[in-house]
Amino acid sequence: MYEHDVIVVGAGGAGLRAAIAAHEEGADVALVTKLHPVRSHTGAAEGGINAALQEGDSWDLHAYDTMKGSDYLGDAPAIDTFAKTAPEEVIQLEHWGMPFSREDDGRVSQRPFGGLSYPRTTYAGAETGHHLLHTMYEQAVKRGIEVYDEWYVTNLAVTDHDDPEDRECHGCVAYDIKSGKIEGFRAKGGVILATGGLGQAFDHTTNAVANTGDGCAMAYRAGVPMEDMEMIQFHPTTLPSTGVLISEGVRGEGGILYNDNEERLMFEYGYANNDGELASRDVVSRSELTEVNEGRGIEDEYVHLDMRHLGEERILDRLENILHLAEDFEGVDGLDEPMPVKPGQHYAMGGVETDENGETCIEGLYAAGETACVSLHGANRLGGNALPELLVFGARAGYHAAGKDMKAAEIDTGPSAKSEAGDVHPPVEPGAVDAGSEDVAADGAAVEPKAVIENAVEYERRRVDTLLESDGVNHAEVRAEVQETMTANVNVFREEDGLEQALRDIRQARVDYEDVAVADPSRTYNTDLIHTIETRNILDVAEAITLGALAREEFRGAHWRAEHQERKDDEWIKHTMLAWNDGTPELYYKPVILEGDEQTYEPKVRSY
Amino acid sequence: MSTQIEQKETETEEQETEPEVESPGERRRAAKRQRLAEEEAQRVAEEETLDDDETVHLKVFRYDPEVEGKQEPRFDDFAVPYHKGMTVLDALIYARDRYDSSLTFRHSCRQAVCGSDALFVNGRQRLGCKTQLSALEDPVRIEPLPHQEVVKDLVVDMEHFYDQMEAVEPFFDADELPEDDLEEQRQSRENREKVKMSTRCIWCGACMSSCNIAAGDNEYLGPAAINKAYRFAMDEREGEDRKQERLRIIEQEHGVWRCQTQFSCTEVCPKDIPLTEHIQALKRESVKNNLKFW
Repeated sequence: MYEHDVIVVGAGGAGLRAAIAAHEEGADVALVTKLHPVRSHTGAAEGGINAALQEGDSWDLHAYDTMKGSDYLGDAPAIDTFAKTAPEEVIQLEHWGMPFSREDDGRVSQRPFGGLSYPRTTYAGAETGHHLLHTMYEQAVKRGIEVYDEWYVTNLAVTDHDDPEDRECHGCVAYDIKSGKIEGFRAKGGVILATGGLGQAFDHTTNAVANTGDGCAMAYRAGVPMEDMEMIQFHPTTLPSTGVLISEGVRGEGGILYNDNEERLMFEYGYANNDGELASRDVVSRSELTEVNEGRGIEDEYVHLDMRHLGEERILDRLENILHLAEDFEGVDGLDEPMPVKPGQHYAMGGVETDENGETCIEGLYAAGETACVSLHGANRLGGNALPELLVFGARAGYHAAGKDMKAAEIDTGPSAKSEAGDVHPPVEPGAVDAGSEDVAADGAAVEPKAVIENAVEYERRRVDTLLESDGVNHAEVRAEVQETMTANVNVFREEDGLEQALRDIRQARVDYEDVAVADPSRTYNTDLIHTIETRNILDVAEAITLGALAREEFRGAHWRAEHQERKDDEWIKHTMLAWNDGTPELYYKPVILEGDEQTYEPKVRSY
Repeated sequence: MSTQIEQKETETEEQETEPEVESPGERRRAAKRQRLAEEEAQRVAEEETLDDDETVHLKVFRYDPEVEGKQEPRFDDFAVPYHKGMTVLDALIYARDRYDSSLTFRHSCRQAVCGSDALFVNGRQRLGCKTQLSALEDPVRIEPLPHQEVVKDLVVDMEHFYDQMEAVEPFFDADELPEDDLEEQRQSRENREKVKMSTRCIWCGACMSSCNIAAGDNEYLGPAAINKAYRFAMDEREGEDRKQERLRIIEQEHGVWRCQTQFSCTEVCPKDIPLTEHIQALKRESVKNNLKFW
């Protein structure tokens, strides 16, 4: 058994920031990651990092934009904390050497981004995430932070009290991918989940293959509610063949969207009143798909994004990476021709319910970054808000887990924050299939830390042995079943029949997963086994997304429902919460907090 | 006649522009011209391009120290249906998911930023995700990176590569920071431009694997690590003392002076980093600082 004060699971932006913060507090901290830190998907972020740095801008403007962008589903304490802290986090990155793009006077550049009332997006070319990831990994190396790379955390070691709010997390179980060894990791201070996105629940996504929602699914099964899972952001500009992201920076710099008639679609058909291409991502995604659905798409699939008029110099200075992506993955030279783009799954606004300090309702268990839902992004994340989120809340989770005295959180978590029971009528009983057997460790006795971890290790060893020894279905088939139905039915446009169909398909995939088996018998670098374990996580998060989407009978932010074409503030300014409940998801609601530090945010009609 | 005149004119132009530093645009255009020429040559050689209903023949290296029958390295053949735009990584994934789920390789972002899938494809280090099958001769031979220990199939042990990266103290160390936590250090556009290419490294290891010197000298820092040292040594935000320390690290016996400017690292770098130039620049810095050299 390995022991550390703080264990950070995942070593992308949020994980690295958490680890550095915990280390600053004097904790002995370890990063456990199924990749190597520099392989994390934070490296693929392109656009930038929002922070109110300049005179004329201010944190409360940033907070207001974020709340408005969230379509009033964000929690004010999270949004205010975020907007106030983002500037110091960004400048700290600069102090750590991050190669930001610069102005003539040597200061960091800022550019306009969608939904922002001020050009407050700092950036490093169109490869901001790459530089952020590497800069932070360098700082982790400088501090000598221990890294267990290519160790896949497969389960949490949590006590098995009936009420999740009484449970404690003592550590986790990880699988050494290179050797096949399964070991317990004890964390005296806390475990921080920073495992990133869940895009692999869909088959057209900007997310890496590793983004399988592991942290979300593990926390969910351990008893932490999942919050607003239906809120999936579709990015309007991804390359059609691969899902590779074309940064919003292109539109921020003045890139234009055209349909097959060479009309500037955002204006021609009145999708946006004034912001045009820089309307919110959900607005632009729907506009593009409407063009395609009404026969004005190119090859019935995509639209064009044109940046030629920006001029070669500006493109090379600020968007060079985009030229490479368009050329390598689509065979298009962005200097000579427009680039094909269509919407693709991009970001999960929902996730593991946490408070402003990154803490979940289980003591000692934290989450930060895309895995978490502190409820900053609500129903729609603004471009450039993901990177500062992982800095601000990654750091807070790290400090808190390391024992720093933090101000008590204003956001309530756990089942006791329930305001009312949920109302959803799924066509099949979700979850359920053999889920009970995978419930929290043992039988009411497991509370002593080492015993809890040993139980969890034992459970994982049995699970892996069973997977390796039996014959059956290949994970790839099950994964494809889920991904295809999610893209077909739980996409940008959603309707009741489709959502119900998706639940039936996921149910079938669960049944099929009962027979899943790993064909590769090896203990050495067994990716067959890793993907099989991941597929289980995909099943749980896909089901949660779909259930949430079926429950939320309104149109808010990224969540569009055919039968419900209005935002229903009277009924739906509340979070959809899902509790694991022995494998049968239980839906309930939690109120949104609109009272901020300096103002109460009043929902306004979306007119952009 | 006219052709000759045109040629002369072009030559003169080139001579005029040569002494100037190449702009990124020129570099990019030159790289593109070269790539197009290579692709054209490939097309001519193959005399036909791949069509959507054809299959691609993969010959994939297999080895697993644990599994009977795979302990002796061998090549497995896979026939994968081709579609336009298909990459080497796409073909490997197809082969794994449809034919043999034990086929093992690293990959994650599939957009050339995570650096996981550097492979030896048809005799050259490449990223699987950004290598179009249409640019390769059939059969496509896929092997793990040379000069690295093979863990299993196409997965190599990267520990040595990581160790060399860490040996150059790859982290920013500012001389003094602005007192105000909300004020950034200033960096000129020129200086950012100077280090920009060096900051693009994705740690894929292709350069190290292609380097003859690294293959023969296990202690040689290698192109990626030296490029990392360049990234910090040339950043004006670090002070002179720190730069001296950085130069001390790279001018050691197994440092920059081992480089024999063969350009193989630069040739294979998927991010077009002028690695050999950066190594030479550090040699010059080292000399300028009157440090001894080997």
